[in-house]
Order: sequence, then C-alpha cells, then structure tokens
Amino acid sequence: MRAEFVASEVGNGLRRNLTMTLAVIITVAVSLSLFGVSLLVRAQVDTMKDFWYDKVEVSIFLCAKGSDTPSCAGGAVTAGQRDQIEADLESLRPLVQDIYYESQAEAFVRFQEQFSSSPIADSVNESALPESFRVKLADPTQYDVVASAFSGRPGIEQVNDQRQVLDKFFQLLGGLQAIALIIAVVMLVVTVLLVANTMRVAAFSRRRETSIMRLVGASNLYIQLPFLLEAAVSAGIGAILAVGGLVLAKSVIIDQVLAPSFQFTSFVGWDAVVGIAPILILVGIGLSGIAAFLTLRKYLRV
Amino acid sequence: MILFDTVTKLYASQTHPALEEVSLEIEKGEFVFLVGPSGSGKSTFLRLVLREERPTSGNVWVLGKDLSRLSNWKIPTLRREIGTVFQDFRLLPNKSVFENVAFALEVIGKPKALIKKVVPEVLEVVGLEGKEHRRPDELSGGEQQRVAIARAFVNRPKMLIADEPTGNLDPGTSVGIMKLLDRINRMGTTVVMSTHDAQIVDQMRRRVIELENGHVVRDQSRGVYGYVR
Repeated sequence: MRAEFVASEVGNGLRRNLTMTLAVIITVAVSLSLFGVSLLVRAQVDTMKDFWYDKVEVSIFLCAKGSDTPSCAGGAVTAGQRDQIEADLESLRPLVQDIYYESQAEAFVRFQEQFSSSPIADSVNESALPESFRVKLADPTQYDVVASAFSGRPGIEQVNDQRQVLDKFFQLLGGLQAIALIIAVVMLVVTVLLVANTMRVAAFSRRRETSIMRLVGASNLYIQLPFLLEAAVSAGIGAILAVGGLVLAKSVIIDQVLAPSFQFTSFVGWDAVVGIAPILILVGIGLSGIAAFLTLRKYLRV
Repeated sequence: MILFDTVTKLYASQTHPALEEVSLEIEKGEFVFLVGPSGSGKSTFLRLVLREERPTSGNVWVLGKDLSRLSNWKIPTLRREIGTVFQDFRLLPNKSVFENVAFALEVIGKPKALIKKVVPEVLEVVGLEGKEHRRPDELSGGEQQRVAIARAFVNRPKMLIADEPTGNLDPGTSVGIMKLLDRINRMGTTVVMSTHDAQIVDQMRRRVIELENGHVVRDQSRGVYGYVR
C-alpha cells in the first residue's frame, strides 16, 4: 500500500468534486451540531436534576386552625396525631433520609423573610400558617410511597412534592431535546443520502480509472480506499465544525448569557462538551463511512 | 493455461446461450486467435477467463486455478497474472504515457523505485522510447495501443488477452501491433486475441479457434481466418 499514491488520489477526488464535498461538509456540520445540541440539553437536564433533586423535599402540611380540607374536619392537628405521624415517618427509614419539623412559629419567620418586601407579610398571623414535616427522601422518585401513606389522614392537610413542579420544567426541556434530536436524525438521514449520492457520482466520474484498476488486478481495498477516505475526510471536517459550534454555544450562550442571568441553578460544564465531541466525530465519520462503503460495494464491484 | 470444460454461459436476459458446452484447452506459450462473427461468443469467452462473468454450467480453469472455487478477494491476484488490451485502448487522457503505464503498478502497490526502473524498459519493448511525456491525445492510434500493451505487459503477466486490438487501426499500423504481440509471445507470454481481421490471421499462421453461435466450429493449429468449405 502506497500512502502517497492514495493521499494524492483523495486530494484529487475532493478537489474535482468540490461542490459535492462542500455539500457533504455543510450537511454533516449542521446535522451534527443539532445532534450535539440535543446531547448538550440532555446533559443540562441531568445536571439540573442532580442539582435540584438533592434539594427537593416532600412537605407534609398539618392542619391549622381554619383549614378546610375534609381531613382537617377535626380542627387543628392534635399533639397525639403529630407524634403518630412523626413515628410513622421514622418507620419509613431508610427511604426517608431526613425529617425536619417546622413549627408554626418557624413557618411564620420564614414567611416573613420570603415576603419581607410585600404587604402580604403584615396580613398573615402565626396561627394561620400550617406546621409541617419536611421530609428528604433517599430516592426522590419514591415520592408515591410517602404520598399514599400520609395524604388524606386526619390531621394532615396536604402532601406536597416539590419534585413534581420541577418535573414539569424538565419535561419542557426534554421536549426541546426531543425536537432537536428528531431534526438531527432527519438531517443525519439526509447526510447519509447525500454521501451515498456523492459516492455514486464520484465512482461514475472515475469509472475509467477504477475499471483499469480492476483489470490490472488492484485489490478492492486499493480501489475503494480513496473514495472511503474522501467521505471520511469531508465528514471529519463537518464534524470538527460541529464541535466548534458546540464549543461556541457553551462559551458564549451558556457561560456568558444564560449562566449570569440564571444564577439559581447550575449549568453543564466543559466535561459534557468534552464528552460529546468524540461522539459527534465518531458518528459523523462512521455514518458517512458506512454510507460510502455500502454505495461503493454496489458501484465498484469486482 | 486455460481449460474450458463443457462451459455454458446463458445471460439472464437472453434465451440463447452466449456459449454452449464449450470445451477446449490453451497451452502455455501458445498464440491463439479467436475468430467468429459478432455475437458468436468471443467476448464472453474472454470475460469468463478474466472472471468478469461466471459460467452458468461447466468449469473454467485459468493458470491452474478453478475459477468457480476462486473466492472474490483472490480475483485481483489472478488478474495480475493476465494482461488485457482492448480495441478502444482505455488510456487515462489526463496522464502521460509514462503515468499511464506506471498507474498499473501503482495501484497494485509496487514501490516507486521499481516503477522508475521497469516502465522505461517496457516502453522500449513496445517502441515508445522518447515519448514518455506525451499525452494519449498527442499520439496516433497505433501508438496509443502500444501504450495500452505496455500497461498490460509491464507487470510481466503469464498471459495477454487482446480483445480486437487492431479493430480501430489501419492495416499498416495493425501489422506493427501484431509484430509487437508476436514478440511478447516469443518472450514466453501466452497470447489470446480475438479479431475480425482475416488478413492478420492468414499472415500469422497460428492456432485459430472459430466460434459461431456459442459453439466451437473449428480449432485448427496454424489456421487461416476463412473457412475453406
């Protein structure tokens, strides 16, 4: 195998077929960028889940004076009911990791802090706020176990899972990711078709050379390798452009625009970008290589 | 060298076989003319030898190998032992004479040093010394065919297959090409040549195999083109 000969064939092929080469580079770049974005959004959702699920808790609000849910028909929660609930929560360990009791006085202090700048703070008195158990679960997805055990019990007004609120947000992000992924897949299909057609044209425009190569006994590898390398090189350039786009998205959109405006949450780090980049390059080169190989098998038969 | 054992070739789109139960043998070092009208099966015969086609039934042996048992990846090795020349030369127009001949060695991975040594040698054999840097369109038909022969012969194949090599050439030029093929044959290469050119066959007085409708109708050593009925 003479590397120099193959390299010059690849260079000639790419130059002679410049428009098709550019078309392949651009479609690969666009489809892989979208693919990269969808992977990045997923990494972002994972990051936020790690960040938030660590902080979310299940709140069990106990009946206060004037609560109007049926389970509070007996008026404010009694000391006996409260002790029983706490004992039942203790029995749910290790699913229940931490139990924290918030009294009406503590709830009032927190309420005053949260709404310090609002007139509502003055209109609420301590006895109107419910006391509650804040429960942290070892596995936040096991919320149902707690909810079914406690909701509707006498003395309990409501069982709240903060995670449900977050999940709506994550669903939205998940939806965005799915859309990006669908577009990316469609674009990748387009890329595969384009590579196949490019190879067909390239094989046709060089049929003289390849037919002579066959006649003088060049091996299949020698005949097909320049074509395969052409497909791989143009896909590789497209993939590198896509990685560049991803780096730009991370450093500009995430780090300079999103992160300063949304400081309450964390964003994906560079490790996610570093993890995605090789996937993009492998998918790009792999897909176009396979497309080229299958096409060439048909058009450059021995 | 070549052994056909009751070979039949029926193309998928046709009802009449291109070759029907053909059996013949060509020995090492022979010079064989394959004659017959268009459609008689000459090209099919040559394509079967090159394993560009597989017989519908029967066995083809070339250079000691049973082609029906030859796996696909070994076909290139077989073709390196067989040079091929065509009526239409099949040169690469954007390459010089030297590059056209060198191409045949480059694509089978021969080192540059060897190419630099053997290409001028073979160009001398075919009588094209001094024209290494010409392009095919700067050459006469006869010279182009010499380039094609040089390309077919540069790897010193055991056998040369020529499919109507003089079909596009005038009689004077054809004689030159025949002298060249004769010289290559005398260097030990088996030559199988299909042709329509009666004059050439009559002059050369070599073995003649005549095909008609897919059958061998004559196999004559030191034959002539026409059938003396």
